[in-house]
Amino acid sequence: MITWIRGLLLWPMVRKEFIQLRRDPGTLVMILGIPAMQLLLFGFAVRTEVHHLPTVVLDQSRTPESRLLIETIVQTQNFDIVGTVSDRAAIEHEITIGHARAAVIISPDFARSLKRGETADAQVLVDAANPLASSAAISGAALVTTVLPGKLADHPVDARMPIDLRVRPWYNPGGESSMFVVPGLVAVMLTITMLVVMSGAIVKEREVGTLEQLVVTPISKASLLLGKVIPFVIIAYIQMTNVLVLGYVVFHVPIRGSLLLLYALSGLFILAVLGMGLLVATFAKSQASAQQLAFGFTMPSILLSGFIFPLEAMPRVAQYIGHILPITYYLDIVRGILLKGSGIDVLWQPALYLAGFSIVTLSISVRRFAKTVE
Amino acid sequence: MNDPAPARELAIEAIALRKTFGTLVAVEHLDLTVARGEVFGILGPNGSGKTTTIRMLCGLMAPTSGGATVVGCDITTDADTLRNRIGYMSQRFGLYGDLTVRENCRFYASLYGLRGAGREGRLDELMQELDLGTRSDQRAGTLSGGLKQRVALACAIAHHPQLLFLDEPTAGVDPAARRSFWKVIYALADKGTTIVVTTHYMDEAAKLQRIALLTRGHLIALGTPDEVTRQFGLPTIEDVFVELQRRDEGAAV
Repeated sequence: MITWIRGLLLWPMVRKEFIQLRRDPGTLVMILGIPAMQLLLFGFAVRTEVHHLPTVVLDQSRTPESRLLIETIVQTQNFDIVGTVSDRAAIEHEITIGHARAAVIISPDFARSLKRGETADAQVLVDAANPLASSAAISGAALVTTVLPGKLADHPVDARMPIDLRVRPWYNPGGESSMFVVPGLVAVMLTITMLVVMSGAIVKEREVGTLEQLVVTPISKASLLLGKVIPFVIIAYIQMTNVLVLGYVVFHVPIRGSLLLLYALSGLFILAVLGMGLLVATFAKSQASAQQLAFGFTMPSILLSGFIFPLEAMPRVAQYIGHILPITYYLDIVRGILLKGSGIDVLWQPALYLAGFSIVTLSISVRRFAKTVE
Repeated sequence: MNDPAPARELAIEAIALRKTFGTLVAVEHLDLTVARGEVFGILGPNGSGKTTTIRMLCGLMAPTSGGATVVGCDITTDADTLRNRIGYMSQRFGLYGDLTVRENCRFYASLYGLRGAGREGRLDELMQELDLGTRSDQRAGTLSGGLKQRVALACAIAHHPQLLFLDEPTAGVDPAARRSFWKVIYALADKGTTIVVTTHYMDEAAKLQRIALLTRGHLIALGTPDEVTRQFGLPTIEDVFVELQRRDEGAAV
């Protein structure tokens, strides 16, 4: 057994790879530093929920009821009142010059209608230039206007009445996108860096001429590739841990499921991505072309995987592409385990897909690689 | 110097070796024998089939037809054993620029199964033999061409190969370094290592024990440098080479 393992000659490859990594600060920064940076950037900046949209108010009713409505709207935290105006033209002006992104308009007979039990007329205008932001704001506002009239009818002037209008999506009570984005970032970061680093590492050997030297040594082509893959599996785990710890500490992303399961299934995803990287390397002639080819995988991995935009909302072709990419399945796994506490009973299907994807890409790579170095 | 090959034990015996890529014939019906301990050259213009021949003899590429036995191994069925017995040094040296001299040698020695104290002892020996002692902790990427060449040679012979292939080993290396390189090569040959070399330097070719001239995949001359020049009725190997290239270009037009 031991001689057989020695015969694979993996250890010399792995050791060499680690010496090279240690001496290449650029790659280390890319693997460990950039994900941390991206995490903070995405975690704080990319928010699909909208907090504190600057809002102006046109209150033509000026009654306790209308003030209660405004207060309720402010309580959703979707809107910040930045000013009051006296006519509709002023609203348009405020939005056009960018002072406000939304406006609340309350009709003069708002309180009267409510007291008569008729439909009280209030309007929320949202600047729809950013559809993602505005749709979130609209849904918040819609809740206010449907819930409020009923409450007001029962307790006409009680300002302390408990109006609970918060949106309550499952597993993410605050509707906070960092909960959704951070686990996704684990997947995206692994895809981007591992794809680029893996394909680059192989293509570099070819460019420098060391590959030509390696293939005349007794190491087999499969061992050669495996020896290059193993160090990156370890690096990928370090990177992933890095992002998880930051997500936990900075964004309080919970770990509701089994960490052991997460690490086990992440191994499948890492192999799948490294398999893609190897495949890219067998097609690329130079490091530059490897990077461009890798880019061809990373863009769809970000856009078509459900990382930010839900897959269900995409055209069918995009959905098909999304369902080929391993990251789509890994997003289910990482979000499932972290946010929902899912177990293998729920996640075996994506896990199976990742295993299959790894086997296919790795074996095609070994075969293509053997041909190209012949 | 004029030992005919068959009189001694054979390091290479190729019979009717042929390789085609689609319709292109890279090597056509090559019969070749090289004796153990011989310093043998394969010469020819670019595209003459030198590299393809060497790749087949290393067991990297299967011949389309024909076959060869190299250091006792069949190149198609026993390539794994073959690789353990041969060394290969390419024109591009195949060194890792970010590893030190010793780390490069250690890496390649490990791939040939050398381990532990035995390996380190062999590395000490190589550093001394090739006069690399003072450079052993220097990164290979910062070395001059001549030093890189010596390191590449150290990597290629760490496992005591019976046969050493040198593919354009002295391209881009200064004359003094070339001279000391050949000294080491001849010392290896004296100890019984067979050397097969391709080169563009005709002064080097003239010093080889026997040479094979290839053009467009065909072996057109085989023998000592003297025999080959006589066969063409020309004064030097260089003249023969120029003549061959002229014919080649003539054929192409």
